[in-house]
Amino acid sequence: MAEAAESPGDPGTATPRPLFAGLSDISISQDIPVEGEITIPMRSRVREFDSSTLNESVQNTIMRDLKAVGKKFMHVLYPRKSNTLLRDWDLWGPLILCVTLALMLQRGSVDSEKDGGPQFAEVFVIVWFGAVTITLNSKLLGGNISFFQSLCVLGYCILPLTVAMLVCRLVLLAELGPINFMVRLFVVIVMFAWSIVASTAFLADSQPPNRKALAVYPVFLFYFVISWMILTFTPQ
Amino acid sequence: MATPAAPAGGARNGAGSEWGGFEENIQGGGSAVIDMENMDDTSGSSFEDMGELHQRLREEEVDVDAAAAEEEDGEFLGMKGFKGQLSRQVADQMWQAGKRQASRAFSLYANIDILRPYFDVEPAQVRSRLLESMIPIKMVNFPQKIAGELYGPLMLVFTLVAILLHGMKTSDTIIREGTLMGTAIGTCFGYWLGVSSFIYFLAYLCNAQITMLQMLALLGYGLFGHCIVLFITYNIHLHALFYLFWLLVGGLSTLRMVAVLVSRTVGPTQRLLLCGTLATLHMLFLLYLHFAYHKVVEGILDTLEGPNIPPMQRVPRDIPAALPAARLPAIVLNATAKAVVVTLQSH
Repeated sequence: MAEAAESPGDPGTATPRPLFAGLSDISISQDIPVEGEITIPMRSRVREFDSSTLNESVQNTIMRDLKAVGKKFMHVLYPRKSNTLLRDWDLWGPLILCVTLALMLQRGSVDSEKDGGPQFAEVFVIVWFGAVTITLNSKLLGGNISFFQSLCVLGYCILPLTVAMLVCRLVLLAELGPINFMVRLFVVIVMFAWSIVASTAFLADSQPPNRKALAVYPVFLFYFVISWMILTFTPQ
Repeated sequence: MATPAAPAGGARNGAGSEWGGFEENIQGGGSAVIDMENMDDTSGSSFEDMGELHQRLREEEVDVDAAAAEEEDGEFLGMKGFKGQLSRQVADQMWQAGKRQASRAFSLYANIDILRPYFDVEPAQVRSRLLESMIPIKMVNFPQKIAGELYGPLMLVFTLVAILLHGMKTSDTIIREGTLMGTAIGTCFGYWLGVSSFIYFLAYLCNAQITMLQMLALLGYGLFGHCIVLFITYNIHLHALFYLFWLLVGGLSTLRMVAVLVSRTVGPTQRLLLCGTLATLHMLFLLYLHFAYHKVVEGILDTLEGPNIPPMQRVPRDIPAALPAARLPAIVLNATAKAVVVTLQSH
């Protein structure tokens, strides 16, 4: 291209050559590929980590997961402002707690006419859909917590109520009466308060400061419904 | 080197004429005519669409064999190859378009940010709105303001569900099909959403100025009165008390809603229709919740004689034959309060 060749040999002339003038003479034919893939090779550290957890024994995996769940249980029982529950969330703990609670609340429904007690599916659905609703509510109120983190916290904070259920079941082995009822009422109220305090300690930081009450109220309702189911449970 | 700098400086000062060589190849650069001769690869073809399809498919193709086949069939091979190619391309095109539409719709509707502005409230605002829902305002010449938020109504519906559960458990409601929780949720949400929609439809017929969101918010806050009445009367089964609360508290919250609707409707017939319907439904719902979800506990008076009462025992109880209002009301406490009374009496 003669025009283009002229410009390098012409330093500082009165008519400077425009930048893309020679471009019009170039035509792109279909043979030159103008697309392709850009692959970023995976960092070898990540690949090593994957293969190491895949090749370990099942016992190791289970023990590691159980230890993580147990550590989170401790955090719920002694609630301090920490973000262990939030940082590595998992849903194993909530699942274990929910299944335990639902199994204990189940009645042997021999007589279908008096089937007024909660069944397994009912408790399960209440816990999970309640948790989903509260999570959506806190997100809509402007909270900066992710969906699964919130589910994780709410699920783990059912632990005190599960303990209350166990205690109630033991107390119900004794003779029924007003004292029995008072003991159960007291235990359930204490555990209900504990659940709310624990979940507030984790969730309140994620809300804007003037709206904490708006986010805590549905949590209160949620645990109230579960506590009520526990309190009114009587074995046939 | 000075020379690269010179063209760069020149480009900024470059006039249109310097770019003359470029203009001929620009499609529709200054005119609306698309020069078919210069379309990329369908040289001589009179099917514009075919050219465009070719272009797009070639970009999106990931299968090497198919790509090779495409390039092979790029020119007119004859009618057979052409038809097969056309049908394949149309099918692919439909698939891509459908996929794109579905993903766009999903990202639009599954985005909860649509609801975010309706939850933008402060606790003080919710408190004041709850109190205002019990105070009817008599200004009917100018449309009254309705707060369009969904947090308060939603929380009130959930509170009503919790109160219903409490009432059902302590009064030994027997549910034959379905579950307690399912019934409570179904009733409350069904009332809130269903009656709101129905009144909105009537408002549309009566030419009232109210949006669906405002109707949902109005009816939701109207449930505050229901919550109060039911909370009190599920614990103290005094029928005169219930009727008193029904008229007073239920009436106040209904009057508030009616006043708002009247201020937004023109014409006496329309006002009557709309407000009459809402008032009837609202008051009847409270009546229904009280009576259908709880049976009169006549038998408890007999069991108060024994010291050892099982607090939450489930026994079938009789519905009194005569209307409750016809006899002298005695204070009937629910099982919880009863246990407390017995405990206190024994000390």
